[in-house]
Amino acid sequence: MSEKTYKPGNYPDLPPPPGTVGVYGWIRKNLFSSISNSLLTILSVVLLYYLIDGIIGWFFFDAVFDADSKIACRKIDDGACWAVITRRVGQFVYGFYPEAERWRIDITFLTMFVAFAPLLYPDIPKRKWLLYFSVFYPFFAFVLIMGGYFGLQKIEYSLFGGFMLTVILGVCGIVCSLPLGILLALGRQSNLTVVRTLSVCFIEFMRGVPLITLLFVASSMLNYFLPPGTNFSILVRVIIMFTFFSAAYIAEVIRGGIQAIPKGQYEAADALGMNYWQKTRFITLPQALKISIPGIVNTFIGLYKDTTLVVVIGLLDPLGIGRAALADTKWNGLSTETYLFVALFFFVSCFAMSRYSLWLENKLNTDKK
Amino acid sequence: MVVNKNKSSKPVIEIKEMHKWFGNFHVLKNISLGVNQGERIVICGPSGSGKSTLIRCMNRLEVHQQGDIIVNNVELTGDLKNLEVIRSDVGMVFQSFNLFPHLTVLENCTLAPIWVKKLPKKEAEELAMELLTRVKIPEQALKYPGQLSGGQQQRVAIARSLCMQPKIMLFDEPTSALDPEMIKEVLDTMIELAETGMTMLVVTHEMGFAKKVADSVIFMDEGEIIEQNDPKNFFNNPKNDRTKLFLSQILNH
Repeated sequence: MSEKTYKPGNYPDLPPPPGTVGVYGWIRKNLFSSISNSLLTILSVVLLYYLIDGIIGWFFFDAVFDADSKIACRKIDDGACWAVITRRVGQFVYGFYPEAERWRIDITFLTMFVAFAPLLYPDIPKRKWLLYFSVFYPFFAFVLIMGGYFGLQKIEYSLFGGFMLTVILGVCGIVCSLPLGILLALGRQSNLTVVRTLSVCFIEFMRGVPLITLLFVASSMLNYFLPPGTNFSILVRVIIMFTFFSAAYIAEVIRGGIQAIPKGQYEAADALGMNYWQKTRFITLPQALKISIPGIVNTFIGLYKDTTLVVVIGLLDPLGIGRAALADTKWNGLSTETYLFVALFFFVSCFAMSRYSLWLENKLNTDKK
Repeated sequence: MVVNKNKSSKPVIEIKEMHKWFGNFHVLKNISLGVNQGERIVICGPSGSGKSTLIRCMNRLEVHQQGDIIVNNVELTGDLKNLEVIRSDVGMVFQSFNLFPHLTVLENCTLAPIWVKKLPKKEAEELAMELLTRVKIPEQALKYPGQLSGGQQQRVAIARSLCMQPKIMLFDEPTSALDPEMIKEVLDTMIELAETGMTMLVVTHEMGFAKKVADSVIFMDEGEIIEQNDPKNFFNNPKNDRTKLFLSQILNH
């Protein structure tokens, strides 16, 4: 093949050779680059076909969605017996919250998205107005869930359970631990010896103790450490422990972010006459938090899943509800279905957090826009 | 050479018998230096000679241990109130630009005026656009620093400092991190700034710039000011042997 000649400086931009880009190029490069690679691809496809066929059958086509008991299920078909979930879905979602009052939980849950929207999406229209709602939301949610005001029936916290309990613990823990973690991270970097020492002690203690120990402390001993006369409900005590625990981790993650900021950034801010709080607010934190997003979300996901540990101090999280269902003679032995359902709930929540963090990272990436 | 009509005999920076140590290392030895308003001083010297440290002492990015530094009639001490006053009067441009990567060019320029000088946002933006026009990049105002070339970033850094309307500008090797093609655009910006009568202290190896703009050239070595003279005499009749050696090394290659 003869190469065309061009005058120096006139060489045109040519398209890449055919078969190296696009869908066809991708398939050839990734799936059929050599004989062994092609064989592996075909083998994997065959394997996947048989595997997926069986799994989907068990999950959907051979599954029973409504029946009175496990035995009734088996009589209908031999797939999964989802009746254990569908018959008890109310308990899985609301715990033992009175059925007539469950609309309160629904409203709180739905309005939560409105309250979070302006915090999570800075470009949302009418953000300023929505932010007022976000500030007001915790009180609104508290009153609605607990009751006792405005003629709402007061509900005992001991009736809380299921996914509702997970979301309450998880969301409260996450929302409270981020600001506390930021303060601890700043405290650890502070020039003031007292502040620094206190922050280091708090972080090291919280990280050095198993969460389950802290939960036992919360359930049995926390009242000894608090001023006399204060008496928090177990729910608040557990939230405090979750907050402290994950704040310590978040503080360390953010400290890593702070230390990754080049010294020149502070020098530039100093040279412009900015004081400590201005530097922290406009230079340090925006950059440190951006770097720390993966670590922070990692901690949040950990916290969210750790809420299942409350089962050891007698709170009925979804796993506790699941175990109660399995203890019922009608549903004995359906642990696969029960635990898969609970796992699915956690997976959906955590996957959403993970996708949000990816989106945020991309949005804040100012280098390649 | 640009004739400096703005130079006056009013001192804006006075350094008296100043010493600085890094641990046990004596970086600056007995520095005495006066800078008059409108004066343009170029500081050169081999690396490690303390020239950057010297200008960083002038806005207290580095702390001196002995002697006095008086900027705009305010003595530099540990007093934070004094420090913020001085820093908003003294602009600084760094070798590595140090723009804030998470803010747009415009936000980089308006951040300190809005929060330190308490300028209304609209006024700060107008001022920033005026100065970005002066450094010839108003069209980049809404981009992020990471999208600009090195020369453009350094010009933004100059505009950012000027937005604080400083009385003195310090330049710490402003062109050392740039490609040869971009050095000129930054030097041109600095020359234009000199023509407006700004008091400038410039650490640089750009001897062409020194010849063209400086009222006075300082040569430093091992923490001491070895020689200070007007550019003509400095380049044509250096008195000290070390100055001669340095000039022969950087001018003949």
